[in-house]
Amino acid sequence: MIGPLNRKLVRDLWHIRGLVIAIASVIGAGVATFVMSIGMVQSLDETRTAYYERYRFADVFGAVKRAPEHLTRRLSEIDGVKTVATRIVKDVTLDIAGLNEPATGRLISVSTLGRQALNDIRIRRGRGISHGRPDDAVISEAFAEAHGFEPGDHFFATINGHRRRLDIVGIALSPEYVYSIAPAALMPDDKRFGVIWMSREALAAAFDMDGAFNDIAISLLRNAVPRAVIADIDRLLDPYGGTGAYLRRDQVSNWFLSSEIEQLRTMATLIPTIFLAVSAFLLNMVISRLVATEREQIGLLKAFGYTNAAIAWHYVKFILAMVALGLVLGSAAGAWLGRELTEIYTQFYRFPFLYFRLDGSVFAGAVLISLTAALIGGAGAVGRAIRLPPAEAMAPPAPPTYRRGLLQSLPIVKALDQPTRMILRHVSRWPVRSALTTLGIALALSLLLSSLFWLDAIEIMIDTQYEQAERQDITISLTEAQSRRAIHALSHAPGVTAVQPYRAVPIRLRYGHKSRLVTLTGAVPNASLNRVLDASGRAVSLPQEGLVLSANLADLIGAAPGDMVTVEVLEGRRPIRRLRIAETFETYLGTLAYMRIDALNRLLLEGPTISGAYILADPQMRKVLHRELKDIPKVAGVSLRETAINAFRDTIGDTMNVVVGFYVLFAGLLTFGVVYNSARISLSERGRELASLRVLGFTRFEVSYILLGELAALTVIALPLGCILGYGLCWIISSAAETELYRIPLYVDRTTFGFSIIVVLIAVIISGLIVRRRVDGLDLIAVLKTRE
Amino acid sequence: MSEAPVAPDAKRTLSARGLSKIYHSGEVIVRALDNVDFDLFRGEIVVLLGPSGSGKSTLLNIVGGLDAPSKGQVFFKDQELTRFNDRALTAYRRDHVGFVFQFYNLIPSLTAAENVALVTEIAPDPVAPADALALVGLADRIHHFPAQLSGGEQQRVAIARAIAKRPEILLCDEPTGALDSKTGVIVLEALETINREFGTATALITHNADIAKMADRIVTLGDGRVTSVQENENRLPAAQIEW
Repeated sequence: MIGPLNRKLVRDLWHIRGLVIAIASVIGAGVATFVMSIGMVQSLDETRTAYYERYRFADVFGAVKRAPEHLTRRLSEIDGVKTVATRIVKDVTLDIAGLNEPATGRLISVSTLGRQALNDIRIRRGRGISHGRPDDAVISEAFAEAHGFEPGDHFFATINGHRRRLDIVGIALSPEYVYSIAPAALMPDDKRFGVIWMSREALAAAFDMDGAFNDIAISLLRNAVPRAVIADIDRLLDPYGGTGAYLRRDQVSNWFLSSEIEQLRTMATLIPTIFLAVSAFLLNMVISRLVATEREQIGLLKAFGYTNAAIAWHYVKFILAMVALGLVLGSAAGAWLGRELTEIYTQFYRFPFLYFRLDGSVFAGAVLISLTAALIGGAGAVGRAIRLPPAEAMAPPAPPTYRRGLLQSLPIVKALDQPTRMILRHVSRWPVRSALTTLGIALALSLLLSSLFWLDAIEIMIDTQYEQAERQDITISLTEAQSRRAIHALSHAPGVTAVQPYRAVPIRLRYGHKSRLVTLTGAVPNASLNRVLDASGRAVSLPQEGLVLSANLADLIGAAPGDMVTVEVLEGRRPIRRLRIAETFETYLGTLAYMRIDALNRLLLEGPTISGAYILADPQMRKVLHRELKDIPKVAGVSLRETAINAFRDTIGDTMNVVVGFYVLFAGLLTFGVVYNSARISLSERGRELASLRVLGFTRFEVSYILLGELAALTVIALPLGCILGYGLCWIISSAAETELYRIPLYVDRTTFGFSIIVVLIAVIISGLIVRRRVDGLDLIAVLKTRE
Repeated sequence: MSEAPVAPDAKRTLSARGLSKIYHSGEVIVRALDNVDFDLFRGEIVVLLGPSGSGKSTLLNIVGGLDAPSKGQVFFKDQELTRFNDRALTAYRRDHVGFVFQFYNLIPSLTAAENVALVTEIAPDPVAPADALALVGLADRIHHFPAQLSGGEQQRVAIARAIAKRPEILLCDEPTGALDSKTGVIVLEALETINREFGTATALITHNADIAKMADRIVTLGDGRVTSVQENENRLPAAQIEW
């Protein structure tokens, strides 16, 4: 049986349904972002784990120049090693019909007998490699889709100096190439870099690797000590030109994937917090208002003998009802959106399957957090209801006292008309509420800014990286180091206007017990094409001797400028030298190590040698040049500036856009919730005042001005505040989302401020118009007959 | 119900003919006004008497442009009010009508002077707020907020606010209803002063028969009909009224 208080509850909730919906949707938005983001991050994390497990993604990777197959046994005898898979992996240039410039293909040998021991591939279409068919190729799905390849199609590759036709028999996915990134590239570019699996026999024959391998993948036992295993592997491979084994966490694809997931996780915790804080404030406002309007009823209930606890519970139930509605809406929306988003990400990452799992703990967390926020918000108001002595409660409240504050003596205030003074006094009469409304709008704006700022950050990264630092049109990498004379050949290629050589070698950088595998780049001092720039765009000058490191790399090994570090070269004669860090510089992208090219040549005990070159080309001759480059046998890779920029935008942009889109939507909802609540409550408190004005002959417009003018004034204050808060939030996010891969530049463009402000204003205007309609419906007659 | 047009009369400020107002309250039909004729002439004070629910307030609301009749016509001078839309009614209230309510309806965030200025700012030919307040005897209270004024003072601010625009019509709904007799008399004196100074046609609702003594005419309503109209030959000054 429903008691009278519960009937009252239901009817009151119905009566203020607009507010209930507004608050529930703000709570709902918080819950939805929480469930959506946490669910998505959890699911992606688990999908990745399952994918790695099912397809036996290796724990340790390593490359070697050429090692005999019998080394496999010794590798598998290392303490902690479970499985050893040896492979032949080579990067070659590809000639693809319809693509002007050469592309890079990574040939990976696979066994023709069933599944691979490690780094297994999943055939999505077509079939696997058949025994005795050396031209069979299975290609990565991303690469296939970029070119519209289907099984049965073919393309050409320059393998060890010979042009060969490869027949696509299958299209596959691999846990090793969730992201496939070309050598020396920063971002995936599926059109110009593809993974190609071929039979071990075919590759062994093509590269003269019979009975030998140049790449290993190893899985570890549970109790293995990774560092010790790596040391043992390096010791075994060193004599054969090993470039240093590394763990899964340093594997490029995994590294990328992990930083993406980490970033989503950061967003997942920050945003819902804001929503729930705001909904707590809204609840406080509504429940306070409810208690104020129900003074007499509360007094009456107390006079009848209802206990304080019963009355408190009555109002707590109001809160619970709104929270419950928010939770139901938010959980449903969050679960649905989370699934959709995970689906999008699954396609984006090309996971072969998707585990979408929302365990109870996500929902339990949502319930706990939103309830706590709501009860904190409502506690004050409920407390006021309890404290009202019955006799006083039944008397009408004293009229609010207004005072002429300091403001009033200002000449500018004296010049204001009366409606404007009403606005001003009302704001200063309820400073806390006005401040919270302002804060609510400001928070919504800051939420927008912090979501949209990603897009600016990406543009800044592109600008610093590709417009200022890398001014070359084309970057060429050679299959192996060559004499500097090769430059002459390049500079005579059609359309080439400038050439700048570089030398790049894999090294292990060691400081104390910390070490890192990186590429040490030898650069020309005072270069004009590819320059070493810090984050602020200042050119970093390379010293005669010594290293220049990106600050994040120095941090990783715990070194600082002036420290002596050990450089172990993992190529050629493999010298080991102690070098001083001359300088570190801030950078957004990558872990970078530089020295002068001549100093590097000396370090490598070689003459003037280059690994590749940066080229500036005449735009009109580019097509010819690209065709030419396809045919230079020693060219391993060609990367073009525009395509690199596009790839960058696509990779980071695409993952972010989806999430950013949702947050923009939710921020709009938040603004609406705050503004609608404020205006609606203001209207209910001041309905009598406003109706009186209507009776006195004020037009609807003039009356709306008093109500909405206050909101406009608060909005005007909220906008700069929101910009400041938003900037702060961007700062928090940019430091929280810093990964080894990149640092997010703290930069918010003016257009982003402008766009965010417009979105907030639209939300303010829409909620203002809704309340405005109620002003039109004010009952002018009722107001005259009722007591205050 | 009179079908005849109202005879033009320079002194007739307001006239209503055949007014009916029917409310549908759930399944009950309430006949608040039933074929009522009403006139208000320049410079007179009319008191509307009658028990609760007799239709006094409904009549006042309709002639004040706050409500529309279900049937009948209202003329302000030669304009037909009953043909006005919301915008025109707002302008009518703004320019020609002053209201005084039982519960004052002052804006708590504005001082006495500012409450008056609220109206004078939008009126074409207003009295200065300080002068309007002096007329009702509040010259020394003009910078007080409503919360700092007594009930009678608040009501006099409301009167000053109502007349500061020099309205042709002043409509007062139980202006003394919330006041004790002594304070009530002061308020009535203020209304009397205004009526004398500006010649404002004043209609005053009350269910206190004693107040009728200050009227030029007394209209009595009952059950939505006019039951009697009396000319008061011996109009008393408000100061001599007691209840």
